[in-house]
Amino acid sequence: MTDVAKKTDTVTLTIDGIEVTAEKGELVIRVAERMGIAIPRFCDHPLLAPAGACRQCLVEVEGQRKPVASCTQTVADGMIVRTQLTSEVADKAQHGIMEFLLANHPLDCPTCDKGGECPLQNQAMSNGRTESRFHEHKREYEKPIHISSQVLLDRERCILCQRCTRFSEEIAGDKFIDLMDRSSGEQINVYRDDFFGGTGFGDGQVGEGEGDVAFNSYFSGNTIQICPVGALTGEQYRFRARPFDLVSTPTACEHCASGCSMRADHRRGKVLRRLAGDDAAVNEEWNCDKGRWGFRYATANDRIMNPLIRDKRTGELREASWSEALVTAAEGLKAAKAAGGVGVLTGGRLTVEDAYAYAKFARVALGTNDIDFRARPLSAEEADFLASSVAGGISDVTYDDVENAPAAVIVGLEPEEESPILFLRLRKAANKRKLQVTAVAPYLSRGFTKIGAALVVTAPGEEAKILAEDAAVAAALGAPGALLIVGERLASSPGALSAVAALAARTGARLAWVPRRAGDRGAVDAGCLPNLLPGGRPVTDAAARAELAPAWGVEPGVLPGTPGRDTDGIIAAAAAGELGGLLVGGVDPGDLADPRLAEQALDNAGFVVSLEIRGSAVTRRADVVLPVAPAQEKSGTFMDWEGRLRSFPTVLPTTAMTDGRVLEAIAALLEVTLGTGDVMTIRRELGAMPPSTASRPAAPTVTAGALPTRGATEAVLATWHHLIDSGSLLDGDDVLKGTARPSLVRIGKDLAESLGVAEGDAVTVSTDRGGVTLPAAITDLPPQVVWLPTNSPGSSVRRSLGVTSGAVVRLSAGAAGPILAEPPGSGSAALQAENRTKGANS
Amino acid sequence: MGTFTGSFKGFGVTFAHMFRKVITTDYPFSPPKPAPRYHGRHILNRHPDGLEKCIGCELCAWACPADAIYVEGGDNTDEQRFSPGERYASIYQINYARCIFCGLCIEACPTRSLTMSNEYELARDSRQDLIFTKKELLAPLLPGMEQPPHPMRLGETDKDYYIGALTNPGTSKGAERAPWSESGTHDAADQPGDRPETAGTSRRGDAHDQPKETVR
Ligand code: SF4
Ligand code: SF4
Ligand code: FES
Repeated sequence: MTDVAKKTDTVTLTIDGIEVTAEKGELVIRVAERMGIAIPRFCDHPLLAPAGACRQCLVEVEGQRKPVASCTQTVADGMIVRTQLTSEVADKAQHGIMEFLLANHPLDCPTCDKGGECPLQNQAMSNGRTESRFHEHKREYEKPIHISSQVLLDRERCILCQRCTRFSEEIAGDKFIDLMDRSSGEQINVYRDDFFGGTGFGDGQVGEGEGDVAFNSYFSGNTIQICPVGALTGEQYRFRARPFDLVSTPTACEHCASGCSMRADHRRGKVLRRLAGDDAAVNEEWNCDKGRWGFRYATANDRIMNPLIRDKRTGELREASWSEALVTAAEGLKAAKAAGGVGVLTGGRLTVEDAYAYAKFARVALGTNDIDFRARPLSAEEADFLASSVAGGISDVTYDDVENAPAAVIVGLEPEEESPILFLRLRKAANKRKLQVTAVAPYLSRGFTKIGAALVVTAPGEEAKILAEDAAVAAALGAPGALLIVGERLASSPGALSAVAALAARTGARLAWVPRRAGDRGAVDAGCLPNLLPGGRPVTDAAARAELAPAWGVEPGVLPGTPGRDTDGIIAAAAAGELGGLLVGGVDPGDLADPRLAEQALDNAGFVVSLEIRGSAVTRRADVVLPVAPAQEKSGTFMDWEGRLRSFPTVLPTTAMTDGRVLEAIAALLEVTLGTGDVMTIRRELGAMPPSTASRPAAPTVTAGALPTRGATEAVLATWHHLIDSGSLLDGDDVLKGTARPSLVRIGKDLAESLGVAEGDAVTVSTDRGGVTLPAAITDLPPQVVWLPTNSPGSSVRRSLGVTSGAVVRLSAGAAGPILAEPPGSGSAALQAENRTKGANS
Repeated sequence: MGTFTGSFKGFGVTFAHMFRKVITTDYPFSPPKPAPRYHGRHILNRHPDGLEKCIGCELCAWACPADAIYVEGGDNTDEQRFSPGERYASIYQINYARCIFCGLCIEACPTRSLTMSNEYELARDSRQDLIFTKKELLAPLLPGMEQPPHPMRLGETDKDYYIGALTNPGTSKGAERAPWSESGTHDAADQPGDRPETAGTSRRGDAHDQPKETVR
């Protein structure tokens, strides 16, 4: 670390009679900790700036008149420190402070969630008096107040250590809670509406950035975790268990590609809470609220427990035994393979091991390269970009590199919404180091503002041009160690990824591709792409295929050598009846570029096998549904955006099987030995694979498109996902969804004027497919650009509008008119199917 | 010789005992009364208005050396109130196949909710029935009490319940012997259907139940 390297001067001091050498500027409490001397503390946190708020860490320093707080005192040469272990004075001071802290702390430990794991309880036992001399009435406040739908604040219990407020300000940048009032009335609180006359959060209409709102932060759960008393508690875990009931398992987060390490606590077969794990290289000690609280989907009522097959007689799905279902699936896939082939759609939620199983199954058992993990808008250019610049560990930027980079240009990514831990690291680097962030985006979002980004105003579709021509961007990337961070959304901007590769090559900047889902990067490396085999080997390269064939125990000629169809190609072919069947693992058609076409494809495909956790728009249309394990019931590995492996063990051992095991069973019936039955076997196989010697394909060179022309009330659509949205992995977590950002349509001043709408008025965004009506937020956007959240309540862009980022949409003031044009050629059957899924998905 | 007198001697003992005081008990017709502090079946007491004293804090479960107690806390709401204050026990079970009647749980209980009765007739013919739930453990409603959920009747806040609670400690009167064990033959299984779920009955998520592990 550069930090350590710079500060070479050391000092020598004595703590409890032991001489010790420390870095200059180190805190006494840390040095003592290194020596194994535990000084009691509350406000001190290694990742927060020293505050000296609680005074529990008092020690005696020779030459000082009074005991000093060891968490704010830096070491000095020749300093003589005596802690409570060797000094009466320090010990008495600590006992006194504890008595003060407890003077107002209620004795409600039996009802408090922190009981049993409470630093205050523990240190009151180890460093407190047995009896208090305070017999006065304790300070009283209203018992817990909701400061967001998820976070509760019990001010009586608070010891004013300010860990929560310091976290919110220093780390997350969401200053929504603060110290208020003075003297004995001093308290932590939010800027509540009754003080500030704002709208408050009760009505769900939280504005952005105003001071009168609830604890509106994606990182609020961390304050609960670091509160050293039970003043901050979470609605979801409230009263559910005691620490001694819980079995803790270290795990990894299955939501996004940030790759947080986590801890899952379960009791009697049910996960009750998840906490941020401690991993200095990745998430430090933080995580986001989605990862912390979004896990109930695995126990939702629509969980599929037994295989289902479509009954020949009734045409309905019915429960079946595993053997019957597997045989039906294998026979169906065999027939489908003969009748046009099978397309494989895997989604981005698989572990590396499961993705590898699909990749191998497609090539070996189905003999096709028609496999794609991208359940979102995509392009062939993107597949080429992934092959040339990401797959096989080419992109190796790490969190550490982000922290130490002088400059970063971010394109097609809103870090706070799409990769929250990357956002925290960017913020740390921008605040504490020298990172300069340049955002190539349509507007300066709240996240970009918090990392002090400079905006290069870019309408969706213009990215390629900006990257190729903008001088500021090129200059920023000129600095050694500069990073070019691109999001998966660039796939829907023609030429942008080509421009990214060219720009990186031109400036020497290091390139990082940050997808949204936890399984995306792993799927690239596992070969879930039509143009790539595992390890980034191009399918067209005969030498690469020859490398793989012996590892897979097949003749080199068996592996297909022509690139397959991508997701869009598979959907189109299936809809046109060209494909014999589909094998779908964990894909929500609503995420695809055209959900209606995807559902048509599922309806038209001769035979559909679905591997799913819960009922979905795919399982409803499938011929065979095979239940698989959610992340908590299996072990595996996710690969985060850095390419770092995040292995996790099984949290809850159940009978649920991994995708790999189910695929192996099907393969066995097709007389293929897949060898993906258990995770360790796959890991061994992956580990034993020879490093690829295949030459890397060249980066794509797609020419940039021009911005489409728009009429007076037309605009180009910009859209990305909110972190907490209507995704099916958040089903059942209603208190968490209560902290989602409001669905708004963002329009610029120009459009607001021409539509005659003011802030908060209803605006309808429509296409031939349908419309979305939301309150307007007037934002500094480029002319004739409109922004919508991709999949938030009231705004499912792909399903309602059938378009994605970069498309031209119509705008009108007020709610939608009664009739929206019916798309040409949509038969009534397709419409009915659409309605069915709509109802089920809403 | 010796044999003859020997057998008279033997019968002599028998006859002598026929006129001594009987020391066997006439169980089950007149069950003996144990010492007043005998550790018998537990009772979950009520406040004078019928609200439960148990706050679901799990301290009893924590104290239990035999891991016989299972508690799950729940949120009291204004519409559904089982105890004064924020928290109540939504599930409360004592497994009498495990309990060793040491009484550590009742010492741990901060609200004097949990006490022990003198009842010792706890034999059942299945393990399932040895798991007593709130239904079996809660003290019966005395006159003036009301079956929860209901609002707090003794005052505005939970304080009105706790201040002075020690001078009004028990509402366990009548709970010394469970009503259904009066004859000593009934057991919980005699009321099919209305028995609450216990650890062994299948709940959602229990399909893959594992042995309960604890971290201490
Ligand atoms: S709420 Fe907790 S973290 Fe915040 S100041 Fe109070 S005690 Fe500290
Ligand atoms: S019986 Fe007492 S110790 Fe046990 S959970 Fe209830 S209140 Fe807590
Ligand atoms: S830990 Fe040092 S003052 Fe709080």
